[in-house]
Amino acid sequence: MTTSISRYNTAPLPMRVRVLRSFATPGGAIYLLLAALLIALILYNPGLAAPDQLMRFIGRTAPVAIVAAGQYFVIVSGELDLSMAAVIAAQVVLAGNLIGQNAARILPVVLLMIGLGAAVGLVNGVITTLLKVPSFIATLGTSLAISGLTFYATGGAPSGNPVNSFRAIGRDGFENVPILGFLPYSVVVLMALVVLAAWLMRKPFGRTLIAAGDNPVATSLSGASVWWLRTRAFILSSLASTVAAVLLVGYAGVSPVVGDGYDFAAITAVVLGGVALSGGRGWLMSAVAAAFALEVLFSLLSFVGVASTWRPAVQGAIILVALGAPLIRWRRRAFSASPGIPVASPAPSPGEEVSA
Amino acid sequence: MTTSVPATAAGPKKGKKVHQIGSKTTTFGVAAIVILALSGCAPGSNTAGAAQPDSGTPTANSWFDQTQFDLENAERTATFTGDPSTPYLQYIEGEMVDPAPFKADGPKKVCFSNAALSNTWRQTGWITMNQQLKVLQGQGIISGMETRNAQDSDDTQVADIDYFIKENNCDAFIIAPNSPQATAPAVQRACDTGKPVIIFDRGAGTDCETVFVHSVGGMAWGIDSATFVADNVAKGGRVIALRTAPGVDVFEQRWAAAQHIFDKAGLKVTDYITGADPTKIKSTITDEIAKGDIDAVWVDLADQAVPAVESFEDAGKDIPIVTGEDSLAYLRAWQDKGFKGFASVYSAFQWRTALLATAMLFEGKPIPKDWVLPQVPVTKDDLDAVVAANKGMPDGHYSSFGGENLPGFPTVWQNRTMP
Repeated sequence: MTTSISRYNTAPLPMRVRVLRSFATPGGAIYLLLAALLIALILYNPGLAAPDQLMRFIGRTAPVAIVAAGQYFVIVSGELDLSMAAVIAAQVVLAGNLIGQNAARILPVVLLMIGLGAAVGLVNGVITTLLKVPSFIATLGTSLAISGLTFYATGGAPSGNPVNSFRAIGRDGFENVPILGFLPYSVVVLMALVVLAAWLMRKPFGRTLIAAGDNPVATSLSGASVWWLRTRAFILSSLASTVAAVLLVGYAGVSPVVGDGYDFAAITAVVLGGVALSGGRGWLMSAVAAAFALEVLFSLLSFVGVASTWRPAVQGAIILVALGAPLIRWRRRAFSASPGIPVASPAPSPGEEVSA
Repeated sequence: MTTSVPATAAGPKKGKKVHQIGSKTTTFGVAAIVILALSGCAPGSNTAGAAQPDSGTPTANSWFDQTQFDLENAERTATFTGDPSTPYLQYIEGEMVDPAPFKADGPKKVCFSNAALSNTWRQTGWITMNQQLKVLQGQGIISGMETRNAQDSDDTQVADIDYFIKENNCDAFIIAPNSPQATAPAVQRACDTGKPVIIFDRGAGTDCETVFVHSVGGMAWGIDSATFVADNVAKGGRVIALRTAPGVDVFEQRWAAAQHIFDKAGLKVTDYITGADPTKIKSTITDEIAKGDIDAVWVDLADQAVPAVESFEDAGKDIPIVTGEDSLAYLRAWQDKGFKGFASVYSAFQWRTALLATAMLFEGKPIPKDWVLPQVPVTKDDLDAVVAANKGMPDGHYSSFGGENLPGFPTVWQNRTMP
């Protein structure tokens, strides 16, 4: 606010200032929201302050956080992936039906799932980028096709849970870990994937992906292959859904409704994390933090004791407020700041009134 | 989101500004959200760690119908006519249908409008029904069965029934309604053809049908398992009720009856609607475990029970009472883990009875107009025998499938390939 001058100052601001300022952006404010929600949850449920309970809680939010990270790649590149829930459901059913009680089948089936995930992403990407079908239609289409195939293959209900050794990855963890006490495997998977994703975003791939979401024409003219960047984002998204499916089979077991609402949750998390839906702006870690914050919020609702028939409405309202309130503020400022680069506008001109 | 150039080209300008001009208002906005999240949705002022204030809405459930409750409560323990070894042919004495108008020479074609095959109970019944069909075809009573699956949609089912009527080569209609009220007009049109109309499972919202085949009912289902909970939990005990979906009569009737019994027994019940999503069930139960000891978990559907049991295992707690249904997944978990269980039953063999009722009309045999089949819950005493009798069956199988004396037993049910 004080420094529209800083446009002309090329030296980066001190770290402290940058961090503080970032809290006033949607991508930074989510950490404050998360901290506040966590404190509230721990007040309602003091047991959660114990490290092993907290780890279990993070463990159960790992699938949705991973899905949010996958969706982040697609959204930041300027597209949208609505096929995640269908991919998760299909993979969950696949794992249940193909592995069954035969532990020897785990590896081949997991490889098949990864191959299938990559293939779905590739199809989504190619239809969107090369055939120029808007991504929300294209991914909705693949989502329907996948659900249809799952329905056809299972007749609507899968046969049962796969062998327990396969489910361990989503259900068990390292016992007797120093300080933490218990470390679920799913937390380890989440950490590894987040580090991998963060690394990818700092590589030329990540940088040009954001550029492609910001301005595809300029990115294309600079020599990058926009269609291949976006297609890879779709592949990463489907692979993230696949990993989430593996964790969910472990955590919850096989059911055709596993994965329901995950694409909505992922998109909500990414937007709540301050990532622009039009692409080109936003932080990966904020999207992951937002996914976690949403889960904390839902858990908080059950501790506060909202009646079951009201809970979905309350969840929806809170999400709308959380998404809407900051956006209103930002838009207004974006508008009022739009006419030129005033040093410090003393009073709004009549023209500004009209434009706002 | 789209690749349209002008839109994205306009984006970055706005974006840059946003980053530069941070302000307290945003942080204020976020704080407001948090306050809203914490206070706005809390009914009453509820401090940390306090007991939950909501125990549903006692006795204000619009689905509760005392007459129906009393009727099903009586029928649960009624005397059934017929051989107990063939429960799918047993019935409660009452008005009989005169079969004379429907008596036929030679094999006849049956048209079946099915609400859905979207759960394991329906799939199990569907397999049994198809094996029964083969027998009746072999006997030359039924020539074939044309089936349309409405996939849980009222609209589709109405269209399916009208299709059958228009096709005009059905000698009988079997209808498993998706929702009673919505399909009533279509069922009425089927009745108007003068052909026999056999309704089974959920009601049809009319009484024009020739016969309505069903086991005792959803309220009896709820009464059975809720009574077990009430008998085994002291007054004031903490019960978690897992409900599948609001507004679906099957589940609402089970819940309405159970809620009535819990209220009378003075139990503290918190109910959740989970969509039978195991992820939600586990999160819900895990949070409830953190709030304090749970005396019982009551469920309205088999699929909800096993995830609930696993939540206690994962939290390292003893498994309390967890009720369920006669699906093998639940029965096996109950046997393996040795907790206190109880399996309500909604008899899957009624799928077979619907077809048999049709055949009996063609043969000119009288059948009860309201054909109430027995539904006998599985208790601790029967558990080992029931699990042993269903050895080799998949987890999605139901012990009340009623196909033990049909051809293809047991392999057809073991392979569980949808016909």
